[in-house]
Amino acid sequence: MNNPASPASSETAMIGSRSTDWHGEAMQKRIARRYAAERRFKYLGLSAIVISSLFLAFLLFVMIGNGIKGFSTTQVAVPIDFASATGGASPDQIRGEDAERALNSLDISGIVNTAIEIEYGADAADIFTENSWTDVRDALLSNPDMIGENTTVWLTAKSEIDRAAKDDTDEKFEALYAKLKDAGKAQSGFNWGFLTGADGTDPARVGIWGALKGSIITMLVTLALAFPVGVLAAVYLEEYAPSNRITDFIEVSINNLAAVPSIIFGLLGLVVFLSWLELPRSSALVGGLVLALMTMPVIVIAGRNSIKSVPPSIREAALGVGASPVQVVFHHVLPLALPGIMTGTIIGMARALGETAPLLMIGMRAFLTSPPQGLTDPSTVLPVQIYLWSDEVNRGFVEKTSAAIIVLLIFLLTMNAFAIYLRNRFETRW
Amino acid sequence: MNTETTNIASSNKMTTRNVDVFYGEKQAINGVSIDIDMENVTAFIGPSGCGKSTFLRTMNRMNDTIPSCRVTGEITLDGEDIYAPSMDVVQLRARVGMVFQKPNPFPKSIYDNIAYGPRIHGLASGKDELDQIVEKSLQRAGLWNEVKDRLNESGTALSGGQQQRLCIARAIAVDPEVILMDEPCSALDPIATAKIEELIHELRGKYAIVIVTHNMQQAARVSQRTAFFHLGTMVEYGDTSEMFTNPQEERTRDYITGRYG
Amino acid sequence: MTGPAILLLLLGLGLISWIFGRAKANRFITTGSKNLNSLPNYHGWYTALWAIVPALIFVAIWSSVSPALVTDSVLSNPAAAELTDNGFQRGAILSEARAIANNPGQKAFNPEAEQLAPLYAQAQSYYDIVGTLAVILLCFAGAAYAFIRIRPDFRARKRVEQVVMIVLLMASLIAIIATIGIVASLIFESARFFGMISPIDFFFGTEWNPKNTSVAGDGEDFGAIPLFWGTIFIGAIIAMAIAIPFGLMSAVYLTQYARPNVRKWMKPILEVLAGVPTVVYGYFAALTVAPALRDFAAAIGISNATSESALAAGLVMGVMIIPFVSSMADDSIAAVPSSMRDGSLAMGATKSETIKKVLIPAALPGVVGGVLLAVSRAIGETMIVVMAAGLAANLTANPFASVTTVTTQIVQLLTGDSDFNSPKVLAAFALGLTLFVVTLLLNLVALHIVKRYREAYE
Repeated sequence: MNNPASPASSETAMIGSRSTDWHGEAMQKRIARRYAAERRFKYLGLSAIVISSLFLAFLLFVMIGNGIKGFSTTQVAVPIDFASATGGASPDQIRGEDAERALNSLDISGIVNTAIEIEYGADAADIFTENSWTDVRDALLSNPDMIGENTTVWLTAKSEIDRAAKDDTDEKFEALYAKLKDAGKAQSGFNWGFLTGADGTDPARVGIWGALKGSIITMLVTLALAFPVGVLAAVYLEEYAPSNRITDFIEVSINNLAAVPSIIFGLLGLVVFLSWLELPRSSALVGGLVLALMTMPVIVIAGRNSIKSVPPSIREAALGVGASPVQVVFHHVLPLALPGIMTGTIIGMARALGETAPLLMIGMRAFLTSPPQGLTDPSTVLPVQIYLWSDEVNRGFVEKTSAAIIVLLIFLLTMNAFAIYLRNRFETRW
Repeated sequence: MNTETTNIASSNKMTTRNVDVFYGEKQAINGVSIDIDMENVTAFIGPSGCGKSTFLRTMNRMNDTIPSCRVTGEITLDGEDIYAPSMDVVQLRARVGMVFQKPNPFPKSIYDNIAYGPRIHGLASGKDELDQIVEKSLQRAGLWNEVKDRLNESGTALSGGQQQRLCIARAIAVDPEVILMDEPCSALDPIATAKIEELIHELRGKYAIVIVTHNMQQAARVSQRTAFFHLGTMVEYGDTSEMFTNPQEERTRDYITGRYG
Repeated sequence: MTGPAILLLLLGLGLISWIFGRAKANRFITTGSKNLNSLPNYHGWYTALWAIVPALIFVAIWSSVSPALVTDSVLSNPAAAELTDNGFQRGAILSEARAIANNPGQKAFNPEAEQLAPLYAQAQSYYDIVGTLAVILLCFAGAAYAFIRIRPDFRARKRVEQVVMIVLLMASLIAIIATIGIVASLIFESARFFGMISPIDFFFGTEWNPKNTSVAGDGEDFGAIPLFWGTIFIGAIIAMAIAIPFGLMSAVYLTQYARPNVRKWMKPILEVLAGVPTVVYGYFAALTVAPALRDFAAAIGISNATSESALAAGLVMGVMIIPFVSSMADDSIAAVPSSMRDGSLAMGATKSETIKKVLIPAALPGVVGGVLLAVSRAIGETMIVVMAAGLAANLTANPFASVTTVTTQIVQLLTGDSDFNSPKVLAAFALGLTLFVVTLLLNLVALHIVKRYREAYE
């Protein structure tokens, strides 16, 4: 045996002697055991995925199941003889600019409450809220001719009646609703008020438009601040930044800001924007500022990755024909990197849209019954509205909270789907 | 040296007949038939992209990891079709070991690298036996004297040549019958290459060895049989000395004399 | 003039300067005198920048200086001489006068304010005119200076690009400013808190019962240990017990077993799971998970189960973190060179043996880094714990009991009446500072580990 490297090999039973009996019974059993372990492991992995997905499905199922009811409303009929009640007011009186004042002077609330009293007597307080008459006011504003008629108006019923119409609640309201339904005095319909109204005390009359508008204004502020700053910072860091202490510090800051808990940004907003700079509390302006600080690092990081993926050959080609470094970036690199930057921006904005905690800190949790009119008005946003409603004791808010969640999720899913679409559509492999 | 094959019934350890390999629609290997025996080291040579590595990987079914890859024809190990349903791929790969182009020690200790195979296949009944396997494998790979005092150090801390010998030792540790080497020296310096070549010499006869190389001098030095591949077909197969002095085919002659490749 | 009007005016003047600057440069081309150093556009930009930037800087300075000037001029008026010397009342009267001046028709609370209001209005309009004139003057002066400098060999592009670079640098510096802002605000308010409550009481006390008093020496009510424990219990123990196995196994399945089209569908689903806002998870935890767990606890005989349990919050938080852990593990496993996998498979290892004994050990540093990041995210998470974990500062290891967390208490302390001088409100900043420091350290360590790990395989 000509093998100086392993002088001891002849002593070893194992190596080189082909002593392993691959077909032996023990080895076959071992193999079977190993394959069983393989299958178990694989199913473990599969079940991890399936359970995670099922959780998501269950969450969506619960939210949709609860929320879909929030989009319908129950109305109860009230016959009102406007002509006699108003003493013969003419439709022209309540047209034009002074319509609202004219209506107030006609004491519509008194007329409606009297009509309700006549029709339903002792049950009135269980069927309607003290704000039900505003439905009539709104109807008159849109259709002044009604003032001369003897007609039946449909008023939004109290939340308890609404819930009795949808699922089980306490027996009293079930019975009351059954009575109304049998008399043909109750109907269900799509709850337009939910999409056009603002917060309120009666869950049957609340809407999300106030919060949604607040969200939109806040997001516009965030986008207007975070996008330019984020893109410019990404360009600077990726293309021009010299390697020195300041650059290092900027990079550490950005990576760190991206990972700071959101509530810390709320504290920053509370101290710096509200306390030191004395910007208006609860306003979309401050909310947008805080969210912009949170979103900017996301855009910077996405922007840098996107700029990095533009191949150096493009830069060299542009430099080669005599473009200045600034022209290279703004004429060539940035346009090519834009889809990636957009994707990152949309994802960052989607995260900002769902953010709640920092906005609680700066007071965007006010009870607001009308939508904000500007940047400095007290506002709330959709996620905060969800949080506020979730805290309400009245069971009628459960379906409204879930319905608001559905609206929020639709927005977020649309944004994320668009981001994924952009990524797939423009993903270039250099 | 030739007396070492007594425990093998047939001298042909592996045979392939009319093997075709496809990647999706694309055919990478076309009708290759070849016999691998225990006495000789077989070298696969050819220009890059000719399919020699692809073919090598079909011999222990490493191409199974590529979903689009399909193999037709027959490849046998001791007369058993390795693509037959009854053939267990895990066992097959234990019997047909492989050494890769780039040394790929696991990020574990040297000891654990060698013990990995015996452990998963249950080849050692106790700690002592495992120690013995590790020692013998390292000795046989010519690495024992260099690493015996630092078996607990990471395998990735070794030099490139040592790593490759560690990988050979790792393959030896499961007591394979065939060792496939896919350009084992291409990432190594000349001194490390010389050591591996010396090792191949020493292992010859104990294992059926197939080595893919793009280095013709290396093929001439380490192998007794050579197969020349070109564009997915095997052009010529014969004794190495014959092949390099008197090739039968025009294409082989062109390649050996450096017209292309 | 109002702020927006001035900005609009400046923008208009800038546009005009741009047109003029560009036109002058264009004339050099048509007359063909010399080769123009920079394109006409750059000359236009150069002129516009000179017109706008100095004026804008002046506006910024003026808007911070002019209110003081206005007040001074009002006070120097004889009508203001009889004003009280009491600084607080004086300030109130002055600010009311200013409010009336800005918003005529408003009723005055102090008669003196009503008297001063016209003076205010007068002074304000005076300084307004002065400021506006100065802005316009500066604008023209800047534009004229730039316009004169435009010549064929003038390097307008270089100047404009210098401005661009400054803008880029300033955009980058905002990150630093934000970081400093966070650190400064937290430290400043925390220092005030620790001036009232001893740090030792805060960090090592076990009784958390903050009251809205400003009496010093209430340290025994500000022991944050139960909060720290609750945070760790929910975020680092229960949530991770869910997120690590599920996230890791999901990543293993997706990278190693799933067919490409399954992977194509499952990854976006996990991303959706990650994109659901935390308030939704919180609501789900409070509405569905918590009551179910309470009933379950009651059924197996745990008497003190509440509907606000650590388990409900931790469970839902764990599910929220799954996609995060999964994607970190996915990246780490993908970074292990495929030669490792091939090497193991070629030894005759099965797939699961390869994963368990080679891939995961090799990917471990990356996975550990990812888990640390996940922990950092979990302990900073607010809405789920606010909505599902409760407010009782219990020091308990019973998952069915209610515990409270740092973030829950920050929200609790800062909503409602916020008297910025009470230790109760300031405690929120001490908690915030603690949270910031801990998450910062976790992130730095995690990023360091991940970076080292990436480098090892590059």
